[in-house]
Amino acid sequence: MAETKESPLKKVCIICAKGTIEDVYATLVMANGAVMEGIEAKVFFTFFGLDAITKKQMKRIKTATVGNPAMRAPGGLPFPTILGMIPGVEAGVSAMMKSQMYKLDIPPVDEFLEMITAGGGEIYACKLAMDMFKLEKKDLHEEVKDVLTIGDFYGKCGGENTQIIFT
Amino acid sequence: MAQKTYAGQPVEVNDEGYLVDASQWNKEIAAEMAKEEEIDLSDKHFEVLEFLRNSYEKGETLTIRRVGKSGIVDIKGLYKLFPGGPLKYSSKFAGIPKPASCV
Repeated sequence: MAETKESPLKKVCIICAKGTIEDVYATLVMANGAVMEGIEAKVFFTFFGLDAITKKQMKRIKTATVGNPAMRAPGGLPFPTILGMIPGVEAGVSAMMKSQMYKLDIPPVDEFLEMITAGGGEIYACKLAMDMFKLEKKDLHEEVKDVLTIGDFYGKCGGENTQIIFT
Repeated sequence: MAQKTYAGQPVEVNDEGYLVDASQWNKEIAAEMAKEEEIDLSDKHFEVLEFLRNSYEKGETLTIRRVGKSGIVDIKGLYKLFPGGPLKYSSKFAGIPKPASCV
């Protein structure tokens, strides 16, 4: 068999379409991790993912306590879905997740975006979703570079050793 | 593990080129390591390296965010000092292990 030579990853294009803590943070960690390794990173927020870059919502993202089978109480105890329906539970669980992350030096969303752009990463918003949610550029965080159609975004995803990741 | 010679001094390095023994480090070694990545170390670079070495000695977990809040340089500045690997290269030149951190 012919020997295959591995060549390093050069660019990641990450699309985030959901607005839960885990989806948004997975996106941010991957984008930041890329620029830290010298890999170009471009991030496209669409649909509910827009919450992560909307000034009004970015500090309020939550994790779903209903319909989340991996959800467990501290100590690995079962967490019945019905508990997740009680008002305030989702907020409490989300606050706890965030506090656990801060302990690991994972910053709030706005600061995370700044870390990514400081390393040369680029943040984009989806035009279609913006129109759908009646959002304007001024509603978005300053680190968002532009509002693009998916076609425009693909236009930025060219080049050798580029990967598109959908979270 | 491999032996390497920096600034006329034989040192032990791991597969990724990081010093195995942080106490073998000196400024000349740092400068030669940086040359391999085409970086010329300035006083500002050394301030960062000192900060990293001190944090490492205290057993702190190193993240790019912590360096950004050190008062020496912000994150953008850190990328300028160590292009292509702000934490990866700075920790290498500081003679400490590569931080096992995702941020």
